[in-house]
Amino acid sequence: MAKNVLVLADVRRGKLRNVTYEMVSAAHRIADGGAVSVALLGKDVAALAAGLGDFGADRVYVVDAPELEHYTPDAYKKAFMECVRAANPDILLLAHSAVGKDLAAVMATRLGAGQVSDVIDIEGSGDHLTFTRPIYAGKAFTKVQVTEGVVVATVRPNNLPPAEGGLGKAGQVETLAVTFGPQDLATVVKEIVQKTSSGVDLSEAKIIVSGGRGVKSAEGFKPLYELAEVLGAAVGASRGACDAGYCDYALQIGQTGKVVTPDLYIACGISGAIQHLAGMSNSKVIVAINKDPEAPIFQVADYGIVGDLFEVVPMMTELLKKELA
Amino acid sequence: MNILVCLKQTFDTEERIVVENGRVKEDGVKFIINPYDEYAVEEALRLKEEHGGEVTVVSVGPSRFEEAIRTALAMGADEAILADDPALFGDEYTVAKVLAAIIRQRPFDIILAGNQAVDDGSGQVAVRLAEELGIPHISTLTKLVVEGNQVTGYRDAEGDVEVVQATLPVLVTAQQGLNEPRYPSLIGIRKASKKPLTHVTAADLGLNPEEIRPRTKVVDTFLPKPKQAGKILQGDLQEQVRELVQSLRTVDKVIG
Repeated sequence: MAKNVLVLADVRRGKLRNVTYEMVSAAHRIADGGAVSVALLGKDVAALAAGLGDFGADRVYVVDAPELEHYTPDAYKKAFMECVRAANPDILLLAHSAVGKDLAAVMATRLGAGQVSDVIDIEGSGDHLTFTRPIYAGKAFTKVQVTEGVVVATVRPNNLPPAEGGLGKAGQVETLAVTFGPQDLATVVKEIVQKTSSGVDLSEAKIIVSGGRGVKSAEGFKPLYELAEVLGAAVGASRGACDAGYCDYALQIGQTGKVVTPDLYIACGISGAIQHLAGMSNSKVIVAINKDPEAPIFQVADYGIVGDLFEVVPMMTELLKKELA
Repeated sequence: MNILVCLKQTFDTEERIVVENGRVKEDGVKFIINPYDEYAVEEALRLKEEHGGEVTVVSVGPSRFEEAIRTALAMGADEAILADDPALFGDEYTVAKVLAAIIRQRPFDIILAGNQAVDDGSGQVAVRLAEELGIPHISTLTKLVVEGNQVTGYRDAEGDVEVVQATLPVLVTAQQGLNEPRYPSLIGIRKASKKPLTHVTAADLGLNPEEIRPRTKVVDTFLPKPKQAGKILQGDLQEQVRELVQSLRTVDKVIG
């Protein structure tokens, strides 16, 4: 049976993240003839609505308000509920991102709904949807169905099939006016400190250069950042490197920390503890650089170089600089 | 200050996962406090040390959870409530309803929880709980400051830090980096066995299990396909690097 699907556009620093298009494409596949709508929430975001029709959106509901400049659960809930009222969805898709995973749980509770988090695959359409998601940070997977009521799912970036444009749907923009009261502003963002200097976000990065204890110091991350810059990559780290104080915990990849699935993961001086492997072993191509030929990281690596990362990484950077110039 | 901490017991993160008959096998597994919940326990104890009050641990799960709860009591929590009635088990929808029912029976100023569990990793329960209770929440904190009624949370938002304010009562979730959890002391361990741990059932909470039945069901559990053994490159380093870059560009096509 046809199902109405509502997608929350994932906005970061004034742009739509790619996962938005992946979700709209998925919505188009699973709606089974139902309406595909997008909720676009934020401040000065209305212009981002253009082009969503091409990926399968019938309608785009825009709530553009100063109160939505930064994410807060209550203001976003209020705005998103207005979109839900307008779109009457059977299925809600949000990104498994800082905003999406928080708002999804709020909305699921408000709607008395079941939620499937961190989805990497959606099979079926209409009434028969099966979601695949990792458990134990990717050491295993489950297939999950929602048994009754509205379906809420959060989608991991980079995992659903790539978005396909050219659908020529209307993508008709409808602006919703929302008034925010004191109860909608129970939490207030006072300040934002941007720590990710490269601007490449770990969870959506196509390439990640990651360092472990073998990096030896905070200074030791420098060659990794240089390689990352040439590749347009994000920099990550193992728990060992974070615990040793070489880098911020925000970079940590593993069962505690972030779970990532880039196209290319370059592990430098990482031995490959089970809890780290859980966070990255589902990457498409893995390169391991380590002095110890016995390091477990080599067992999940597609390519291994047994050697000193302080020799190998700069060589790669130099070569790539020439080749990609 | 009445401080509540939600806690779950999980597999140790160094455990391998074995799936048998479509389920994750638990035999012989080492269990720990979910690491994110452990940060929440530590932060609760620090709040108590600063502001006075009581720390109560609240949990929903089988009786094996007692071990993790006793650890939290040994760290310094004052008492605990465990809903270990199987009629109360279910998905995130169900667990949030059960936690809310327990918490509605008690006074509280702040609720702390991990931002997710290292097993299911869905990150839903704490946020759902705040919404069930109708109180504000701030997620994934790497720093928490409580002054009077004013709560300031430093929220990890994909690497950026958002400084968020709210007033009590509030629910906050812990991100890695919030603190360094203490080890239980010997005296703490001795005291823990005498601290009150109350078991509650559906009847105690006035809950009808049918009304809080899960909204989701797991239809399959499986392991990822084993990875093909990779290729250890040979030759001098310069040559290896050249071969690697060549393969990544032309065979795997993962670089420009």
